[in-house]
Amino acid sequence: MQHFLTTESLTLDQLTAILDTAESFINADGLSVKKVPLLRGKTIVNLFFEASTRTRSTFELAAKRLSADILTMNIAASATVKGESLLDTLRNLEAMHVDMFVVRHQDSGAAEFLSQHISPGISVINAGDGRHAHPTQAMLDMFTIRRHKGTFDQLKVTIVGDLLHSRVARSQIHALRTLGAKEIRVVAPRTLMPTQLEALGVDVYDNVEAALSGTDVIITLRLQKERMQGALLPSEREYFQLFGLTSERVVLAAKDAIVMHPGPINRGVEISSSVADGEQSVILQQVSYGIAVRMAVMSMLAGQ
Amino acid sequence: MKIEILNSHICDPLNDIDRVDTIYMADTKILSIGEPPAGWQADQSIDASGLYCIPGLVDIAARLGNSGQTQQKSISSETHAAVSAGITSLVCMPDSNPVIDSAAQLEYVQQHCHSSSHCHVYVIAALTTGLKGDMLSEMAALKQAGCVGVSNVMHPLANNLVLRRAMEYASGQGLTLHYQAMDPALQANGCINEGLAATRMGLIGIPNAGETAAVGVCLALIEHTGARVHFARLSTQRAVQMLELAHSEGLNISADVAAHQLFLCDDDIPAFDPNFHLLPPLRSADDLAGLRQAISNPIFNAICSDHQPHGADAKLAPFASTKIGASALETLLPLVLRLVEEDLLSLQQAIALVTYKPAQMLNIDAGSLTPGATADLCLFDPKQEWTLQASDMHSRGKHSPFLGQRFKGKVKHTFVSGKLAYSES
Amino acid sequence: MEFKLDQLLDDLHTKTAALIEQRAVADPILVGIHTGGRWIAERLHSQLNISTELGVLDISFYRDDFSQIGLNPQVKPSQLPLDISGKDIILVDDVLHTGRTVRAALNELFDYGRPASVMLVVLIDRGGRELPISADAVGMRLDLQPHQQVKLSGPEPLGLKVIELNPS
Repeated sequence: MQHFLTTESLTLDQLTAILDTAESFINADGLSVKKVPLLRGKTIVNLFFEASTRTRSTFELAAKRLSADILTMNIAASATVKGESLLDTLRNLEAMHVDMFVVRHQDSGAAEFLSQHISPGISVINAGDGRHAHPTQAMLDMFTIRRHKGTFDQLKVTIVGDLLHSRVARSQIHALRTLGAKEIRVVAPRTLMPTQLEALGVDVYDNVEAALSGTDVIITLRLQKERMQGALLPSEREYFQLFGLTSERVVLAAKDAIVMHPGPINRGVEISSSVADGEQSVILQQVSYGIAVRMAVMSMLAGQ
Repeated sequence: MKIEILNSHICDPLNDIDRVDTIYMADTKILSIGEPPAGWQADQSIDASGLYCIPGLVDIAARLGNSGQTQQKSISSETHAAVSAGITSLVCMPDSNPVIDSAAQLEYVQQHCHSSSHCHVYVIAALTTGLKGDMLSEMAALKQAGCVGVSNVMHPLANNLVLRRAMEYASGQGLTLHYQAMDPALQANGCINEGLAATRMGLIGIPNAGETAAVGVCLALIEHTGARVHFARLSTQRAVQMLELAHSEGLNISADVAAHQLFLCDDDIPAFDPNFHLLPPLRSADDLAGLRQAISNPIFNAICSDHQPHGADAKLAPFASTKIGASALETLLPLVLRLVEEDLLSLQQAIALVTYKPAQMLNIDAGSLTPGATADLCLFDPKQEWTLQASDMHSRGKHSPFLGQRFKGKVKHTFVSGKLAYSES
Repeated sequence: MEFKLDQLLDDLHTKTAALIEQRAVADPILVGIHTGGRWIAERLHSQLNISTELGVLDISFYRDDFSQIGLNPQVKPSQLPLDISGKDIILVDDVLHTGRTVRAALNELFDYGRPASVMLVVLIDRGGRELPISADAVGMRLDLQPHQQVKLSGPEPLGLKVIELNPS
């Protein structure tokens, strides 16, 4: 595995290997080493064309815990405004003898594009490209599910929210399929449901109560404020009324169902505070697992 | 110079000729087929056994590159690419930089073509100034300067009132409006058909309604104004159905399709391959089937290349950020021949759609081997198989969704105005 | 090659006990290196009646051949019972060969803290050292060819055998 671009391209063995490797980076009880020398001497660059605090910082922490040198570049839109093409940015950084790039970009296919033009021996990790994929997030979600539920083959998973714009959801769907989840249900307002999504192997619902009934895992997606423009939704209030994950709705799921969210959460929009902070919520665990999963991905790529 | 071409299989759909025979030409004109003129003494005799002879192709939509210092070079390279592919009359679209929206700009282009072009170049002028969609261009002046039609290409018009007025004015000047049906709001930021490929790749899709809604509005206005409109670069089967119905009800309309739309759909797009970033986008498998079935219907009077050549940088970015369009001159005839191979059209029907039918719409002397017509013709080997490689392409644009594909039928010689403009070395 | 494994383990126990007495170590902490070293350490731990819990090290993250062979996904967690600073450690492994495993284990130990001393106890010393490392107590010395390998199988029952590797 030279690059980590999507979950779509990974086999069951590869996905399992990532989850198993991530296990080894979870600190057990008792004294354990926070830092390992695995990537000492390697240089990793966070190439973030889209602003992000959370993903960027977990990648930074992951790299540091592997003893790698990490540099973060927040390019945002300014470099492209200055006229430097994506390819030129890459070439300039390659000249600094970087071993690995973690890339987040607003264009779908950006990570794939960079991986096609990068010098041999340098790895690209996709930290989110447009609406296409966010494979490390999906992996930490799978890790969280496996930690709580064990196996995937009997699982019913429900993804609620803005699937149209969600790269996380697409990556989750591919991973869940390969890992053998029994049912993958998706539910969203019609304006936020991508066309022909069922062809990816999911069951499309338009009613959230039906989608939640008896489910084992609830994944709520973030609703961005911009969706009110472009006539996608009338208001956050109506969205919460129809699709918000409230205590009344969570009860419809299996008794031991877990509630997940890739974060950051919008309280009172996609999820109520009581559910977000409730017993079934594993949202904070997702965050801590995120570091171990990213450490796993980085180690696996560096060890090629 | 008196030239005779012997033993080729002549296919001239306008004159219903489809047989092996000899063609006689002198200076810039076709003299006759079959019987030599009295006292004929050829200066040059070409034995074209095994080759087909067809009128030089008329491509109603191409770009020659942008204006400026490189104008001469790009006119030369693109028209050379055209004649290497059997195209002898090229229609240049107005969406160059600067836009061809004035008689002066048109004449400037014509002058450059006069000195640098390897084939006949005609111009479709801009419908509105700067293609901005609000102010009409001086269409009478443009007509006088020699434009063969007007179009706003892929740029939106400010509103439907402007569309109404523009089509009325164009018709008043006897100019055909070449209309590319694209609803700007439905299309907004889309770069691919709204379908499974868009969902899988997370790209913003353009629904079929982006085309059909615009077709519907335009048809309503044509019905009201009686304007002559040609629907350019169709991509959906629904649009074809709407046009056929309107045509049967007496509207003076016609349509064309870019050759690639008859062979590719969005399922064929390899992940994020910018060679497939086209507008209008490649549609669904159903649309592809529908277009292929309808191509023999009389609503279609042309198949074009929609040639948009770019330098290498233009396609070196993530999909949505790349420039749209394919380098398509060199695949026009091969794809048309493939339609014949796949039994969708007879050879006569297929050649007609790239010769006399578009020529008649443009009202130009091209597209047939009628005695007295300008001697534009091409000789091709119907059996020769070849693979499309970027390195072999003559256009400065090396990007095509057909790279690596195998074709049957290779142009050997092309004559423009009775002179050899291209010969395969 | 036949091995009287029980005899070997008893020998090792005797030698280790002697080592502890000789060095006058009051409260040694036994740390076994995964996987074989852990099995032997468990035996020694009960035989020597050591009160402090057994420690286990998985050296996967400290190997020096990561760039060549990558990461083994089945990394087990390393666990040390308490703060090792100032303590006497007895590091236990099954086979001592090039010395690289012990080097990695030492690096890992020292990332946990600064022990007062580290002693090395191995079941088999098969020679072929590539680093200046030696054991303080050895069950048996074996002179093996480069294409031979000695492997401890377990955990129940423990077995020891020499394997011939393919010439490739």
